[in-house]
Amino acid sequence: MIELADVTFWYHGQPEPVLADVTLAIGEGELVLVTGRTGAGKSTLLGTLNGLVPHFTGGHLDGTVAIAGTATSSRPPREFAHLVGMVGQDPLAGFVTDTVEEELAYGMEQLGLAPPVMRRRVEETLDLLGIADLRRRALRTLSGGQQQRVAIGSVLTMHPWVLVLDEPTSALDPTAAEDVLATLARLVQDLSTTVVLAEHRMERVIPFADRMLYLPGDGGVVDGTPPDVLKDMPIGPPIVALGRLAEWEPLPMSVRDARRRAESFRAALRTTTVNRAPAPAARAEPLLTGSGIVVRYGATVAVRGVDLDLHAGTVLALMGRNGSGKSSLLWALQGSGPRQGGSVRAAETDPARLPAAGARKVVGLVPQNAGDLLYLEHVADECAAADRESAAEPGACRALLDRLAPGIDPRAHPRDLSEGQRLALVLAVQLTASPRIVLLDEPTRGLDYDAKAELARTIAALAAEHRAVVVATHDVEFVAAVADRVAIMAEGEIISDGPAAEVLSGSPAFAPQVSKILGGDWLTVADVRAALPEAVG
Amino acid sequence: MGAPGRRATAWAGGYFLPRDLHPGAWWIWTLGLAVAASRTTNPWLLLTILAVVCFVVIARRSEAPWALAFRIYFGLGVLIVVFRVGFRFVFGGAEGSTILLTFPEIPLPAWAAGIRLFGAVSAESLLGGLYDGLRLATMVICLGAGNALANPKRLLKAMPPALYEVGTAVIVALSVFPQLAESALRVRRARRLRGGTTGKRMHVLRTIVIPVLEDALDRSLHLAASMDSRGYGRAGTARRRARFTTGLLMIVGLIGVCVGVYATLDGTTPRFLAFPVLASGTVVAMLGFRLAGRRVRRTRYRPDRWRPAEIVVAASGVAVAAAMFATSDVDPTNLNPSLTDLSWPLLSWTPLCGVLVGVLPALLSPPPETPHDHHPPAAAGGIPENVPERVRA
Repeated sequence: MIELADVTFWYHGQPEPVLADVTLAIGEGELVLVTGRTGAGKSTLLGTLNGLVPHFTGGHLDGTVAIAGTATSSRPPREFAHLVGMVGQDPLAGFVTDTVEEELAYGMEQLGLAPPVMRRRVEETLDLLGIADLRRRALRTLSGGQQQRVAIGSVLTMHPWVLVLDEPTSALDPTAAEDVLATLARLVQDLSTTVVLAEHRMERVIPFADRMLYLPGDGGVVDGTPPDVLKDMPIGPPIVALGRLAEWEPLPMSVRDARRRAESFRAALRTTTVNRAPAPAARAEPLLTGSGIVVRYGATVAVRGVDLDLHAGTVLALMGRNGSGKSSLLWALQGSGPRQGGSVRAAETDPARLPAAGARKVVGLVPQNAGDLLYLEHVADECAAADRESAAEPGACRALLDRLAPGIDPRAHPRDLSEGQRLALVLAVQLTASPRIVLLDEPTRGLDYDAKAELARTIAALAAEHRAVVVATHDVEFVAAVADRVAIMAEGEIISDGPAAEVLSGSPAFAPQVSKILGGDWLTVADVRAALPEAVG
Repeated sequence: MGAPGRRATAWAGGYFLPRDLHPGAWWIWTLGLAVAASRTTNPWLLLTILAVVCFVVIARRSEAPWALAFRIYFGLGVLIVVFRVGFRFVFGGAEGSTILLTFPEIPLPAWAAGIRLFGAVSAESLLGGLYDGLRLATMVICLGAGNALANPKRLLKAMPPALYEVGTAVIVALSVFPQLAESALRVRRARRLRGGTTGKRMHVLRTIVIPVLEDALDRSLHLAASMDSRGYGRAGTARRRARFTTGLLMIVGLIGVCVGVYATLDGTTPRFLAFPVLASGTVVAMLGFRLAGRRVRRTRYRPDRWRPAEIVVAASGVAVAAAMFATSDVDPTNLNPSLTDLSWPLLSWTPLCGVLVGVLPALLSPPPETPHDHHPPAAAGGIPENVPERVRA
């Protein structure tokens, strides 16, 4: 169905090809997972499948990509609309109309289908994706998971042979991500649609995947079944890391597989306990005390009387579904966001009362769209501006940046940095003011496993400097690796708050894979490795 | 929605089923009322028109955001009246004999002759201001009603297929503004995190404008890629020749229309340039539209159709305007009450009944469908915090 023959692709002005001599064929009804580091060419590979690369992006493509026997070089992407359905990273940016029903119909209107056919397909698709009750809703008012499902539906109505998705779950909370993935699995099983998707957080996708394409970053593609590819891959989800540690063969792909295999392993672990530093929670005076915080926007209450203390040297993870009030709470703690009630005290003042430059010396916040903080053309300029803004001595920001992410070219444009590097730059800019409290809003979005590990090390280092760190995130595995304490928010209230192991392992939605497999307090592979030095050998 | 054979049943049972009317029907109705308002300064009639408009809007508007904008138009109307009357105080209104009060007049230099600041204010000129303001306000509120009753985007969808591209462009452009506002808000808040507004004004502006524009550019690239991969602009079967003919017909036709309109309005141009050119220009342009529409292979999902309810709504608007035109031929003083001798304006039955016909849509049209959306405004614009969470750049 999809055939790539000797495909080599360069972007203009780059010496190395992004894809080099890629040859592969994808058949009907396969679910193919594309993985690799940021910048390894995942999006480029997906783009070649309907001709957006190179028709839309520019660049030079050698070799042929053929969909159902038609080469993509022969006609523009729009002529493949009925064969390949493309869903981008940000569904909202791709919506053309403004209500769910019209969005589902848009593609069919372009294909010139007869009105009765359109009407029937819209109804079928609404049911298939379970969004029938949203049909007349405005797209902007939907939650992230709903938007993603509408975006999938809007290409499904054209009955494409292949569905191509670029990081469909990166912005979603765990439950919404499950919904979207379950939908995709159903499409593959029931309609035998071919699905090709790129995903950083592969732990949720590999149980469904028939096949895996790993882009190591040198232009090549490693192609095979998930256990085969993962065996030799440097990156991987916790379940695979655990499988490697326990030397299971073949590697388990789902929690169920692993759990059935892990019986003896669990028995061995029963005699030891998790070797974890004692929670430093009640050790000292809190750095920041918030009580009764209320944030509301008109009639909508975003944060509903939250009490929260932040202690030096602790990492608090704030979790909860999209729209549960995490961001509002962080902004209110920093003092820049609105706060209608309650009090925040940090460094003997209320940060909201301080001028912006002063508040930033007390509490530093890295917002969700970290790039919003950057506005200059060069990394060096940004660093110099940060030194000036925080009245630090020249070079302070650059020194911090070199510690967080060494070797960034000072002449580079911040937009050209990878997600991880850009996050490091923003963090360095915020840390230049040397706040003792650091708040990070969704820092893991778009980061690959390496960048996430890097960020985890940075966060641990910040905590070791006796700062208080708060991370709002959906990424359960990341929380398991960095957090001492976890608070879960729903409807603007904190519904559970306690040591990470207790809160995470207690809930099926938030439990990390290792905890699901081994039970109890085991949160990460690192925990297990530390407890079982002899097993590692 | 019933099959043609079952039209009778549809008439009986389907007429009042909730649905959104064709936006054109509502616009014809509102324009009819606006035209009627433009023909009169009688405050009783104008207030009746206002009452009719408000009644119908409240009875038949949906819960959509654009429908809630009606009160803005209403406020605008009140503002117009206040200004019209206020100006009569400031710039003097001494026409007429009934002087109500006299402000000390501010002498102006000779070159400003003809302009007067303050001075005597007569009841007649105040009344003139009030009537005039009321008429303008009524027309503005009528337009607001059109906006509230008919989804403006649906009106764009009802355009002929040849104008489809224009319609899409307008829809996309309309969605850009809320997004721009959103990202400007987001970036401004982010700027506070970096220590806020230090430096010169231009510098501060730059720090906000650049990320916002980058964001907008990013978004439009995404949108373009998405539209392209979803088949927007798939080539039709038109060959170069056909395309050339269509373009030629449209251009010649539109030039004809321009010349014709000019000649019609300007009495000194030869008469043969007026109506004949206008008519033939229109025909040629329509032909071009038809040809252009024929090569479009697009179809439309659930197009709005003209059904009996639409005809009733449109006809009632036309009837109001017609009634007003008819009365102005018979009884002009009644529509424009005299300002020279002060008296209560009279109201006769014919125009009043004519205006009251406009209330029919409130009773004889199907109610709008509910959007199953209980908190759209709050979720759409009210939570800046949560919006970026979904609006990833």
